Amino acid sequence: MKVLIAGVGKTLFFLCRNFTAKGYKVVIINQDREECVRLARQLSALVVCGDASDATILKEAGAMDADVVLAITPNDQDNLVICQLASIQFNVPRVLALANDPDNAEIFEKLGVSAFSTTHIVGSLIEQRASLEQIINLMPVGEGRVNVTEIMLDADSPVSGKLLKDVILPKNALVAVVIRGNQPIVPRGDNNLLAGDRVVLITLPENHGAVLKAFTGERK
Amino acid sequence: MQTVIKNAAKGRIMKNSLYIVIVGCGRLGSHLANQLSRVGHSIVVIDSNEETFNDLSPEFSGFRIVGDATQIAVLKQAKLKRADVFFATTHGDNVNLMVAQVARKVFNVPHVLARVFDPRREQVYDQLGIETICPTAVAAEMFLMAVASHRAAAGDAKS
Repeated sequence: MKVLIAGVGKTLFFLCRNFTAKGYKVVIINQDREECVRLARQLSALVVCGDASDATILKEAGAMDADVVLAITPNDQDNLVICQLASIQFNVPRVLALANDPDNAEIFEKLGVSAFSTTHIVGSLIEQRASLEQIINLMPVGEGRVNVTEIMLDADSPVSGKLLKDVILPKNALVAVVIRGNQPIVPRGDNNLLAGDRVVLITLPENHGAVLKAFTGERK
Repeated sequence: MQTVIKNAAKGRIMKNSLYIVIVGCGRLGSHLANQLSRVGHSIVVIDSNEETFNDLSPEFSGFRIVGDATQIAVLKQAKLKRADVFFATTHGDNVNLMVAQVARKVFNVPHVLARVFDPRREQVYDQLGIETICPTAVAAEMFLMAVASHRAAAGDAKS
């Protein structure tokens, strides 16, 4: 797989080191001559010095036969244009842009460029790891419009011991699966919930907090 | 500030007055803002550098927003949804191309124009339906036309 990466700094360096270690063919595009020299010394990647939003530089970097173009510069406008040039002029099958401003992730998608926001990703990681220990897994799907959350019920949970039909859920939320021991159950109203169950919830960002509260109680 | 801008979008001074948002208040942006304001259009100018607003004439009656237009929050503040015309005239091609696309495709502004210095980039954005003006290409055309008409005149004089 050939990956073209336009970016700067440590994220770029470690990402490229990771990709080259996996055997990907990596080409770096960076505007700073000194940084280019350093990167070329430290990595077994081809380094092209120039503006990646310039078609001639993309061509020089071999955009024609790249499988992926990744734009992770600190400027959202550059990331957008790099990805648009790569897909329109060079028919690169997959392009991905970093949205430094998290609002731009949605905007870029609307403009036809796949995007991600590190703020979103780190934010949900922190929520997952730090704020509620019972939350085992939190995965946004559908561009973040739907959350799939796995939580572990304990004895203090207000729903432990209740039948599912007696649990009052906010609108537009669903208990998708209950995992008891190793046995997954797709529950109906007459299934009960027990401490130790792992419950997979489908929620929307607007009711996510309320649903979690219903399953974990008021504690922090 | 918010309510003032809302009024700019709503209460048009004259019947045919347009609500025009200009991103980038450099020589071109400020020139356009001054001229369009003078003939009675409602103007909002956005620039990340407050000092550039010094280039606006004393008669400029529009509004100024200090901010980075690549942040959608700033464009929302300018009430872009109600704009009739949008100009992107910053010194960065990529900034202009990005905000022009956002204005056209997210805020559905009917008429969007972007200045793009690099003629090669111009072609790509034609494909994406963004109307661009390339000063280099325009100037080159004017030069060539001037030469052609001069030669034609000289040719007429000879024959």
